[in-house]
Amino acid sequence: MKHLIDIKDLSIEEIDNLIKVAKDIIANPEKYSHKCDGKKLATLFFEPSTRTRLSFESAMLSLGGNVLGFSEASSSSVSKGESVSDTIRVVGCYCDIIAMRHPKEGAPFVASIKSTVPIINAGDGGHNHPTQTLTDLLTIECEKNRLDNLTIGLCGDLKFGRTVHSLITAMCRYKNIKFVLISPDELKLPEYVKKGVLEKNNIEYCETKDIEEYMGDLDILYMTRVQKERFFNEADYIRLKDYYILNKNKLKKAKKDLCILHPLPRVNEISTDVDDDPRACYFRQANYGRYIRMALILKMLEVK
Amino acid sequence: MNIDSIKNGYVIDHIRAGRGMQIYEALHLNDLDCQVAIITNAKSQKMGKKDIIKIDREIPIDIDALGFIDHNITVNIVKDDKIIEKRKLMLPEKVVNIAKCNNPRCITSIEKDLDQIFILTDRENEVYRCKYCEMSLKQHNE
Repeated sequence: MKHLIDIKDLSIEEIDNLIKVAKDIIANPEKYSHKCDGKKLATLFFEPSTRTRLSFESAMLSLGGNVLGFSEASSSSVSKGESVSDTIRVVGCYCDIIAMRHPKEGAPFVASIKSTVPIINAGDGGHNHPTQTLTDLLTIECEKNRLDNLTIGLCGDLKFGRTVHSLITAMCRYKNIKFVLISPDELKLPEYVKKGVLEKNNIEYCETKDIEEYMGDLDILYMTRVQKERFFNEADYIRLKDYYILNKNKLKKAKKDLCILHPLPRVNEISTDVDDDPRACYFRQANYGRYIRMALILKMLEVK
Repeated sequence: MNIDSIKNGYVIDHIRAGRGMQIYEALHLNDLDCQVAIITNAKSQKMGKKDIIKIDREIPIDIDALGFIDHNITVNIVKDDKIIEKRKLMLPEKVVNIAKCNNPRCITSIEKDLDQIFILTDRENEVYRCKYCEMSLKQHNE
């Protein structure tokens, strides 16, 4: 039985195949509308995340399956002190597959050790969020028609941003990828990612504090939110939260076919005046998320 | 200061000064009823100061635990008053229940009965990462 805890659990061939299936679902949704008839997905959200949970539930419903679960720990037996291991053993009796979000890092891995059904990590603290990375990859593939030969700008919180670390790890496997790392000093990409992922794979990258410096070179601009919950010191959060605000003016030098991504939710980092620009892909990105999750559920349930 | 030589057992040498007690505890030497000597701040030409532990019994030694705490240690195996083997240590690929993850966001901070597992991810820089949250164990060898 296969689980998805970390994007590295999937080979490049498996990712390419998921993208292929997701694109086929987009083209022929009716072909897939009963693939999971009689199957049940449990969404166990030990911390609230409306959009990820709804994306998973919508994905399963679109495949003809059913959903059950909870949306916060207080409405589960965890509030009575039950361990992750015990919860998973019990829930596994009632469903065919589990999508799980938990504030503690490594919780889905613990669940995967004990589970009798496949586990999908739907985010564990600041650690992993593999289905967001799959969403990002499908978005890039659909918007740019390729996953190689790209210059990718990553902007904002590159220190705590798990989506950024996972995206770097995933994109490093493709040919001729360059990164522009845009962040304030306090939120720079950690050394272990620079050395352990970028330099280890001989990936070209540069660092800047100025969002406009390399704007004209970018094929992708991936904006991130500075997340309050990742800071122990509120003063640091307040100082850094509005460091970058992308607006129409800052896009003047950008390529006509730039693709602006954001894992959402956004706060202030992308001005609403960018939303109507055809280069703003972040709402389409949320839609792609449902399709790649449909492809993933099919794969993990081994539905042909 | 004189400490009797041992007949059959171990002399754990070249322990970085101040780490003797940590090794004493990691090897659960307080559970033994044989003679165990801990020498701290012994003079060393190579290290300046070092700790030494002598154990007067042949017991199973957790080499992984020793290698993880300080891989520069030498384990001398003594038989019939003679050193028959000097064993050099290496950093183990994986250690279980020797160190604890300090990341307050790690699942090991709340879930009961989980083994504390660390994996060697960078041998050159001696970096171990928690199996669950992947946080590096920064205090290692500092």
